[in-house]
Amino acid sequence: MLIFEHAHPGRRAHAQAPYDAPAADDLPAELLRQNPPLLPETSELDVVRHYTRLSQKNFSIDTQFYPLGSCTMKYNPRACNSLAMLPQFLARHPLADVETGQGFLVSMYELQEMLKEVTGMAAVSMAPMAGAHGEFAGVAMIRAYHDARGDTARREIICPDAAHGTNPATASMCGYTVREIPTDRQGNVDLEALRAAVGPQTAGLMLTNPSTLGVFEQSIVEIQKIVHAAGGLSYYDGANLNAILGRVRPGDMGFDVIHMNLHKTFSTPHGGGGPGAGPVGVSERLKPFLPIPYVLEDRGFHRWAEEGDCPQSIGRLSTFGGNMGVLLRAWVYARMLGGQGMHRVAEFAALNANYLAAELKKAGFDLAFPERRASHEFIVTLKKLKDATGISAMDFAKRLLDYGFHAPTTYFPMLVPECLLIEPTETESRETLDAFVTAMVKVRDEAQLEPELVKGAPHTLPVRRLDDVKAARELDLTWKPV
Amino acid sequence: MSIPADLKYTKSHEWVRLEADGSVSVGISHHAQELLGDMVFVENPTVGRKLVAGEECAVVESVKAASDVYSPIAGEVVAANGDLEGAPETLNQDSYAAWMFKLKPANAADLDGLMDATAYAAHVASEAH
Repeated sequence: MLIFEHAHPGRRAHAQAPYDAPAADDLPAELLRQNPPLLPETSELDVVRHYTRLSQKNFSIDTQFYPLGSCTMKYNPRACNSLAMLPQFLARHPLADVETGQGFLVSMYELQEMLKEVTGMAAVSMAPMAGAHGEFAGVAMIRAYHDARGDTARREIICPDAAHGTNPATASMCGYTVREIPTDRQGNVDLEALRAAVGPQTAGLMLTNPSTLGVFEQSIVEIQKIVHAAGGLSYYDGANLNAILGRVRPGDMGFDVIHMNLHKTFSTPHGGGGPGAGPVGVSERLKPFLPIPYVLEDRGFHRWAEEGDCPQSIGRLSTFGGNMGVLLRAWVYARMLGGQGMHRVAEFAALNANYLAAELKKAGFDLAFPERRASHEFIVTLKKLKDATGISAMDFAKRLLDYGFHAPTTYFPMLVPECLLIEPTETESRETLDAFVTAMVKVRDEAQLEPELVKGAPHTLPVRRLDDVKAARELDLTWKPV
Repeated sequence: MSIPADLKYTKSHEWVRLEADGSVSVGISHHAQELLGDMVFVENPTVGRKLVAGEECAVVESVKAASDVYSPIAGEVVAANGDLEGAPETLNQDSYAAWMFKLKPANAADLDGLMDATAYAAHVASEAH
């Protein structure tokens, strides 16, 4: 039920208190609305109940294990939230003088410096407000770099077939043609195909490492050599940065430009479509092209970089200071963890993934890359189960919900049939991981003994299985056509 | 799995049928629609567009993913199946009847370079991981 359906004409939020709104009759008539806005008229109690009920229906990291591969649904420490919500931060007007906002600007500058340090890049800009926004900024800088050199014949961006869909989409948005290269049987980029693909038309390569297959590119040094020798630049998609945080640095791997998903790796809330933050980091040669805003420091005084500071910048990508609330949470998280803590993030993310992969393998599940060590996530393929019982990865995932687990990512990456992409993250205990294995085994048993039970799942949630075909074919995005 | 013997196939899972008038119909194989699952959206090339072999020219979107469809051979688009836009599920129901577009081949001999049913069956088997 939507909040509009709770509405009743004339209902107000102040219960029995007399309604005494100011008439606002001193406003010029031409500025007044002719019609009242289309807002639901509800009592305060109805609003509280409505949203409390919705929150109770949520499947969230606060209530359940959420091993949604590729999404890094880790626990966000409460301290990040409460410190970022201090009134001194929250009530600060973005147009307030920088002299009065030094505390905030110092925090942002520190975050930039910490991100530089942990990724090994020469400079960082906080401007992008989401991962895809960061990708756009990154590839726009690649383009600006080539253009500035008059090297305008470079029209192609290379993406492995395992890439997130945003990579080829980003390349297209920046005016490039996408050339896809295959993955070999071990889950690595096919080096021969890469060698054959590069040339004077190559603007760059976009790579996620560890890849979406949950394995580390073993030939990363060679890959960089091939791309750079052809005159291309290399882009690091930070989607899986959690796996290597504090252990391996994209800068040391030779990447020219990267984006980081702070809403994933640096523990700010996500999963509801935002807000996110996707800062970009660059090597020395791309520094002049960084987008604004970012913070400059001069003898202890901090201020926002302006267009005049960086004439070659690809421009302003967000108003004010980017998604400040998200950036602040990430700053608290980074300060809390320090270098040592970040090291532990990667260690435990890898340990949990490999423990879970090993336990599931022991229980008889098929890993897509059994001979590879999982970076921080891994793929189980249910192809044999599907062939034997007709139960698909989708059915399996829905049944896991009945056991109180958020489903892993299904059908991504597309390279592996009937796959579940499982990412436990570093914040889960061994007991939770064991309970998940038990549920996986139980659902597999049910698939063999009571397939109808699995096909009809979920049975215990507020909403049963949705007709996703109908939903996709007949999009219904508004309450009432306005 | 259904792989009619009278059609030609590509590695990217399109099927090709030589029609009596010399044009070729193109669609996606039974195997392709099975991998993709329930179709929700189809975008065909516009009539008159000239394609080179292997060019991305159409899109099929399922509940799982959006996939490009590639032109099996060089040629000019002479027809597009408009019925599919309103009923993308036809691709699931009968993938070999649901042609997507027709090409006038630039060179009819190009068809010989495509796989026959036996070769395609082997290709599908080799892709099974």
